[in-house]
Amino acid sequence: MAQFLFEADLHGLLKLDTPIPNAPPARWQRKAKESGPGPSPVGVSPMKPANRSHSSSKTPSKTPGKSGSKIQSTPTKAGGDRYIPNRSTMQMEMANFLLTKENDPAEDSPTKKEQQKAWAVNLNGFDVEEAKILRLSGKPQNAPEGYQNNLKVLYSQKMTPGSSRKNSRYIPSMPDRILDAPEIRNDYYLNLIDWSSQNFLAVALDNSVYLWNHASGEIIQLLQMEHPDVYISSVSWIKEGNYLAVGTSSAEVQLWDIQQQKRLRNMTSHCARVGTLSWNSYILSSGARTGHIHHHDVRVAEHHVATLAGHTQEVCGLKWSLDGRYLASGGNDNLVNVWPCTQGGGGDFAPVQTFTQHQGAVKAVAWCPWQMNVLATGGGTSDRHIRIWNVCSGACLSTVDAHSQVCSILWSTNYKEFVSGHGFAQNQLVLWKYPTMTKVAELQGHTARILNLTMSPDGTTVASAAADETLRLWRCFEMDPIKKKEKEKANSAKSSIIHQSIR
Amino acid sequence: QLGREHQGITLRGSAELVAEFFSYGINSILYQRGVYPPETFTRVQKYGLTLLVTTNPELANYLNNVTEQMKEWLYKCIVQRLVVVISSIESSEVLERWQFDIECDKTAKDDNGPREKSQKAVQDEIRSVIRQITATVTFLPLLESACAFDLLIYTDKDLAVPEKWEESGPQFIANSEEVRLRSFTTTIHKVNTSVAYKKDSVP
Repeated sequence: MAQFLFEADLHGLLKLDTPIPNAPPARWQRKAKESGPGPSPVGVSPMKPANRSHSSSKTPSKTPGKSGSKIQSTPTKAGGDRYIPNRSTMQMEMANFLLTKENDPAEDSPTKKEQQKAWAVNLNGFDVEEAKILRLSGKPQNAPEGYQNNLKVLYSQKMTPGSSRKNSRYIPSMPDRILDAPEIRNDYYLNLIDWSSQNFLAVALDNSVYLWNHASGEIIQLLQMEHPDVYISSVSWIKEGNYLAVGTSSAEVQLWDIQQQKRLRNMTSHCARVGTLSWNSYILSSGARTGHIHHHDVRVAEHHVATLAGHTQEVCGLKWSLDGRYLASGGNDNLVNVWPCTQGGGGDFAPVQTFTQHQGAVKAVAWCPWQMNVLATGGGTSDRHIRIWNVCSGACLSTVDAHSQVCSILWSTNYKEFVSGHGFAQNQLVLWKYPTMTKVAELQGHTARILNLTMSPDGTTVASAAADETLRLWRCFEMDPIKKKEKEKANSAKSSIIHQSIR
Repeated sequence: QLGREHQGITLRGSAELVAEFFSYGINSILYQRGVYPPETFTRVQKYGLTLLVTTNPELANYLNNVTEQMKEWLYKCIVQRLVVVISSIESSEVLERWQFDIECDKTAKDDNGPREKSQKAVQDEIRSVIRQITATVTFLPLLESACAFDLLIYTDKDLAVPEKWEESGPQFIANSEEVRLRSFTTTIHKVNTSVAYKKDSVP
């Protein structure tokens, strides 16, 4: 016997979380024991299966160590004592009531009975006479001790442990520039900023669109909605940077000429707000709150050339692949659909892939620029994961838990990385190395959740728009001057070959 | 399964659909609210969604028992409500209460013909409800302390209590905020979902 005692003591000492078996009980424990045994001897007998608490392993014997030291540590926590280690599965009130009611005579006048019945219905939510409530006993073991509800850690963390590896380049932790964005709509599902190839940053602030010239710093107000209740829900530049597509809450898709600051077209085909847009040379795709995606050929009068019905809720993410072969869409119904650029046999568009793994709305959708058919998607608050897919095979290449709502993902060719924008609790941008999926850096500064990200035409700067009504420009993909020269040399070599062949 | 779609829904089929929904629904609630560690859940494909179910054998067994019993009671149309109660282990205080009200069309027992509703339509409705359950994490208050869950079933009063089951109180929340979620119906059983949570005293 003695060796078990010794073992138990040794275990207890090493573990440091079991109560000392032979110590005198603490004052509060003594007090609890005093008040405890009052109802307990009575409560034990009438309830048959209830007392079979999951303390089958907690034998209140003199050698507690024998029965498995791990579980023994919580009798104090469950409010029990040596005799009844776990009180939570007992139903004291029920027991007390059942016992005491035998003493009261059941003499009630009819009106009193009615009253009691009314009270019972009120309290219980149903007529006690008509239904009864059953509970399955023998509850399974609760989560192991030491398990702290993950969500609390998730939603209240201050600093995520940074990568221990030193970054091989210097990434400034402060933004290059902070721009004011008053009245920007704090709506996760909209796409309110875009950066053109001509270095103009378009920002939609409620019912107006402003253009900010990055080179000169000049600000132009491009347009303002006529109707006061209508707001802008998405903006997207055409590849050449001379036309801007604008989606509105009144279900219109407008096309604006920047040079002349005039509206060229007003295309109506949707019946709900247009939250997202994407260009594929002359085809403009728009996603609406109904879940439908429309293709518009902006050169012809009959602009609405196709409808893609693959989502049952608002389409918030929409991106054509860089080679124009696939269109990826993410919606509030947690689905990601990958559409081909041409119709199938029946004349209908059907997705070549549908991914259901995200547990939240998918707004962040981005194609990898250096690897064909690789798509990155990020989920909203209920999901918080970033997933990388191969759209040909449909396989999920990697997943990473970002611990926070993902609003946008952008790839960077300069460093083979991608950046993601987040919300609660840190409102940060995270740079990830691909394909190792390790964190390269975290850029903090926003005081409210990030809504959108967009990249400069030279690929060095990322602009983030957040609910704190600011736009921050982060110079996180600055190219090393030596490497830059090498890249330019490679590019110029290519172009000289072309020139030779033309001659 | 294909044959079933064409035949419509029978009482037994409806009971199975609803019991299955409860099984996946409870698993989703346990995962999303963090009652059990997320590592103990695995992904399965169901209703065209990726759902998480527990790998803990005891818990899976426990839930299986409930599902089987529910199937039987649904078939007999004697169950009115299923409640998932989430309470703090230490204080035994009820923090969250998921209530699934069941309306059963009792005439289905008498007429033998199957009802006209495609399984796909029911699946779509179930899918919306499950997605809503997942999305509730965005507004439900954080469960700070370690929690345990309890399952309560409201049945007809004259039902003989089977072994392993015992009577219980409703376990309401004292100061609660309630949110109604979507409902779905198989034309024989209709399930309404709602969640009640403890109102935060500090705004």
